[in-house]
Amino acid sequence: MDTSMLITSAFVLMAIAFVIGRARSLAIASDLGGPKALNSLPVYYGTLMAMWSGIPCLVLVALWSVVDDYAIAHIITQELPEQVKALPETELNLVLSLITNIAANNAMGLDAEPYVINSANRLIALQQTSNMALTVVCLSTAMILMVLVWLKISPKMKARIKVEKAFTNILLLCASIAIFTTAGIVLSVLFESIRFFQSVPIHEFLFGLEWSPQMAIREDQVGGSGAFGAVPLFVGTMLISAIAMTIAVPAGLMAAIYLSEYARPKVRTTVKPLLEVLAGIPTVVYGFFAALTVAPFIKESGGLFGLDVSSESALAAGLVMGIMIIPFVSSLSDDVINAVPQSLRDGSLGLGATKSETIKQVVIPAALPGIVGGVLLAVSRAIGETMIVVMAAGLAANLTLNPTESVTTVTVQIVTLLVGDQEFNSPKTLSAFALGLVLFTITLALNYIALMVVKKYREQYE
Amino acid sequence: MKESSENLNAIDLVNRSLKARYRAEKRFKAYGIAAILFGLACLVILFTDIISKGHSAFLQTEVYLEVTFDSDRLDIDDVSNSAQLMAADYQGIIKAALRERFPDVSGRRDKRTLYSLVSNGAGFSLREMLIDDPSLLGKTVGVWLVADDDIDTYVKSRGDNPEDAFTGRMSDKQIAWVESLMENDQLALNFNTTFFTSGDSREPEQAGILGAVMGSLFTLIVTIVLSFPIGVAAAVYLEEYAPRNRLTDFIEVNINNLAAVPSIIFGLLGLAIFIGFFEMHRSIPLVGGLVLSLMTLPTIIISSRAAIKAVPPSIRDAALGLGASKMQMVLHHVLPLAMPGMLTGAIIGFAQALGETAPLLMIGMVAFIVDIPGGVADPATALPVQIFLWSDSPERAFVERTSAAIMVLLAFLISMNTLAIWLRKRLERRW
Amino acid sequence: MKDNTMNEPTDNVATNIEENAFSGQTVGTPLCDDAKMSMRNVNVFYDTKQAIHDVSLDIGKNEVVAMIGPSGCGKSTFLRCLNRMNDTIESCKVTGDIKLEELDIYHPKQDVVPLRARVGMVFQKPNPFPKSIYDNVAYGPRIHGLVNRKYDLDEIVESSLRRASLWDEVKDRLHSPGTGLSGGQQQRLCIARTIAVSPEVILMDEPCSALDPIATAKIEELIAELSQKFTIAIVTHSMQQAARVSHRTAYFHMGKLVEVNDTKRVFTNPEHELTEAYITGRFG
Repeated sequence: MDTSMLITSAFVLMAIAFVIGRARSLAIASDLGGPKALNSLPVYYGTLMAMWSGIPCLVLVALWSVVDDYAIAHIITQELPEQVKALPETELNLVLSLITNIAANNAMGLDAEPYVINSANRLIALQQTSNMALTVVCLSTAMILMVLVWLKISPKMKARIKVEKAFTNILLLCASIAIFTTAGIVLSVLFESIRFFQSVPIHEFLFGLEWSPQMAIREDQVGGSGAFGAVPLFVGTMLISAIAMTIAVPAGLMAAIYLSEYARPKVRTTVKPLLEVLAGIPTVVYGFFAALTVAPFIKESGGLFGLDVSSESALAAGLVMGIMIIPFVSSLSDDVINAVPQSLRDGSLGLGATKSETIKQVVIPAALPGIVGGVLLAVSRAIGETMIVVMAAGLAANLTLNPTESVTTVTVQIVTLLVGDQEFNSPKTLSAFALGLVLFTITLALNYIALMVVKKYREQYE
Repeated sequence: MKESSENLNAIDLVNRSLKARYRAEKRFKAYGIAAILFGLACLVILFTDIISKGHSAFLQTEVYLEVTFDSDRLDIDDVSNSAQLMAADYQGIIKAALRERFPDVSGRRDKRTLYSLVSNGAGFSLREMLIDDPSLLGKTVGVWLVADDDIDTYVKSRGDNPEDAFTGRMSDKQIAWVESLMENDQLALNFNTTFFTSGDSREPEQAGILGAVMGSLFTLIVTIVLSFPIGVAAAVYLEEYAPRNRLTDFIEVNINNLAAVPSIIFGLLGLAIFIGFFEMHRSIPLVGGLVLSLMTLPTIIISSRAAIKAVPPSIRDAALGLGASKMQMVLHHVLPLAMPGMLTGAIIGFAQALGETAPLLMIGMVAFIVDIPGGVADPATALPVQIFLWSDSPERAFVERTSAAIMVLLAFLISMNTLAIWLRKRLERRW
Repeated sequence: MKDNTMNEPTDNVATNIEENAFSGQTVGTPLCDDAKMSMRNVNVFYDTKQAIHDVSLDIGKNEVVAMIGPSGCGKSTFLRCLNRMNDTIESCKVTGDIKLEELDIYHPKQDVVPLRARVGMVFQKPNPFPKSIYDNVAYGPRIHGLVNRKYDLDEIVESSLRRASLWDEVKDRLHSPGTGLSGGQQQRLCIARTIAVSPEVILMDEPCSALDPIATAKIEELIAELSQKFTIAIVTHSMQQAARVSHRTAYFHMGKLVEVNDTKRVFTNPEHELTEAYITGRFG
């Protein structure tokens, strides 16, 4: 039985267990004067039985499918001829993947060496055995547990409490997925980054001024080692983010101020959702817009002023990114501006201040921490934004602050390095994870600070 | 008396400053209006740009030819033999029909140029015709065949004035043939069904979005099936069960931070964990859905928590007061009441996931895939990724298809968001 | 008989009194000769709901007028009409005449900025700006352009703080945040902030409701001093406070002005039975 069949049968078993468990509790109860004699409702006995028969079985399937590939690969490696085992690790991996391919496609009679064919056959046999074993173990576990619970069902059994406890634990498990995800992110980028820093020293990566992760197709190729100084990427990322923020912060903030302080309710209820449409447009659409409409437009209008603007200028990408972030800034600022108590506005207006004086000198200073928090979140968005820069910014790692030139960013490089065919374990591929680590660390720090600032601010006025 | 003169003094000073202050007020207000107008203008420009570029992709230039289903040329002697029907050289009879239409074309090179008027995928539609109606064998019928993308671009850019036309790679001879076809009404713009019924292709006129739409659909199904129940469960735990302790705080910090982690990082996670560690296949919607679930989860948890919070405590007290257990209270009272709010938040989260591109690039859903995926384990792309791929293609005909694909994607997103708004309006309960 | 009435639920009593209701004609002496502000036939509506019914009242120069009445009687709404603070509430409509000396403050062309510079306001909850003590007081003079030199500003800040009897407590920490002061100090800071603009009238909307008795006593003392220089209208929910600080007292009931008389008279020998019911604590 393959895994999906197994999972389906586990669910079928659970359903059966539910029905049996419920019936069993009712049967017992009927001798003692009806369902009232039971500690819990019959449903709970059914649920309890279903959980006991289903959950261990599913866990077993999950664990097994993680472990068995490794176990089988280990056995296969052990059984390879001595001279093959002596090969360096990379070549050994090649042999292994050849074996797996042959086994997977049932591609016999290829001009492979006999030991490979043997191993492939062995692999198929092992996989079948493993599958059989899993099926037997799983289903019998489920059955045995079902019988055990069936025997244990008694009127005194506190089925409801047990079910509720399990329910709470399942909920806790779901909530903990956030922790697992973070751990997964940290482990996946950290692990590969450490391997990268074994071949490229960390200070060279963080402070090096040249970035050219050359394609090392052949080992003897010139320049095959590449240069991994990420400073041009950091500068490019910051340049584009800075352009985006110079658009988004004033526009978003002023829009929020106007909508929350000046606009009539009718204007507000129409304009706000319209602006939020900008936030709902997928980034790939902005990328397309930036690359095909804005970039040529900027290049042409730059030409009118005698400026030589690159067709992949930082300006185009930054501008469009700024437009994308406007609603983000405006809705965050809107929240914090609305959190400023009306009594402060009254105090200022009562002294005869005009509306704009009140806003500029009382509301904004009062909301400043919140606004700063929002801007930090927006910066983190800009830094992590991928599609706009992939489509509209360049690939060349120029170290420049000139917005009319082409720059590249951290995210662009991650995408370029990891899309398409890639050789695992080469510094080129691993460097993407190192960039990912930097990106994750910076955005995490920004988010954390921003959330703290906003939280403090909210507490102040609650 | 001194008092009054001082007061007069103050009010005079106030009055004197008024003009400048009101100018500042007006300026400030104008900045606000300008900011809003800028945002709205960007929205309008973006939409007009996409629509003006993309609307023409819904039409496709077709060439009218008198095609003879010549059984010799097709090499079919038995119409019930499906192997013969599949293998026949339909392109050959199109070429013959073209030679017939332009009898004065001679020479190998000219002939080859002539053949390139019609898409090299046009034969498939003839095959469909013959399979549907085997009696056509040996007959001559007039059919509309899909033109090559160069011709398509020429016709669309030409409008009524040949001067405006974008000729691109077309030779003068081709232009002359096209003009002659147009004069005889043998060239027309018809509805582009291929765009909605095909997978990807290197040839613009044969490229469609169905493959990408199905890929997106399967990815989204995986995302919904995983992230909605888990997200709701997590929200219930945090709102109803979680004790105030370190673990709970840590979970909350994690959720809030994950909500702001760049999506590409989730792609790296998928690449390293699902593909690298669990050895799942690349390019499949299952992995895409897993990654997008993890990405959407924080959004769903946050909005579900808000919905649960909005259920008044009195309902909980009433349920508990009747002797309901906590689980019964949650399942019978809190969840049904919070469901509209949770659905609204979830749909908005799914719309975001539907438009997401970067993480899918990381897990290899960018391959060139012609076949339409039939399940979550078939290699596929997704609609936004298809847009990304096409936008890189140099052919002009792909630009309009990219824009059209964007229009389709936006249509999906807008309908999802409208559904969310409708749900909120329809089911929202005010306490 | 009397005991019987006392034992009944209070709201019942209130309805009883309302039934032999208030005619609409204010009793006592709502008007005076030397009026700083004069209100005639003022009606206030929130959308369609009428909050103030046909109120006419004068506030004399350098007089302290207290407005009392059960909560929801419209006294705060009425006070907020006097410097058009109700403008911030969109649904609020005001009809009738309100004059500051000869100035019609609800005239369509009348600007609220200079009006509010002349009629200042102190609010229920102390609301110092999140700025330093100095900047809080200097805020008004700065926005109105009352001073050009730092020296003059320093002087205004000092004199305002002195008049608000806060100077001695804060002179060493003028540049620490105003929000760091105690509740009573914050309220006096708000008063200092108001008088720094040299208004002619100060409106006080339950200025002591958020304060402890000692802070309240200080503010009350302050009001007595300020009345020598300013005209003051104060809304209060505490009858004792009205009795202590005001010259005249106006009693509001359900949006109507029932009685205006000398404070002493109102609290010893009220003219209207509703006033009597209120000050004897039968409802409120």
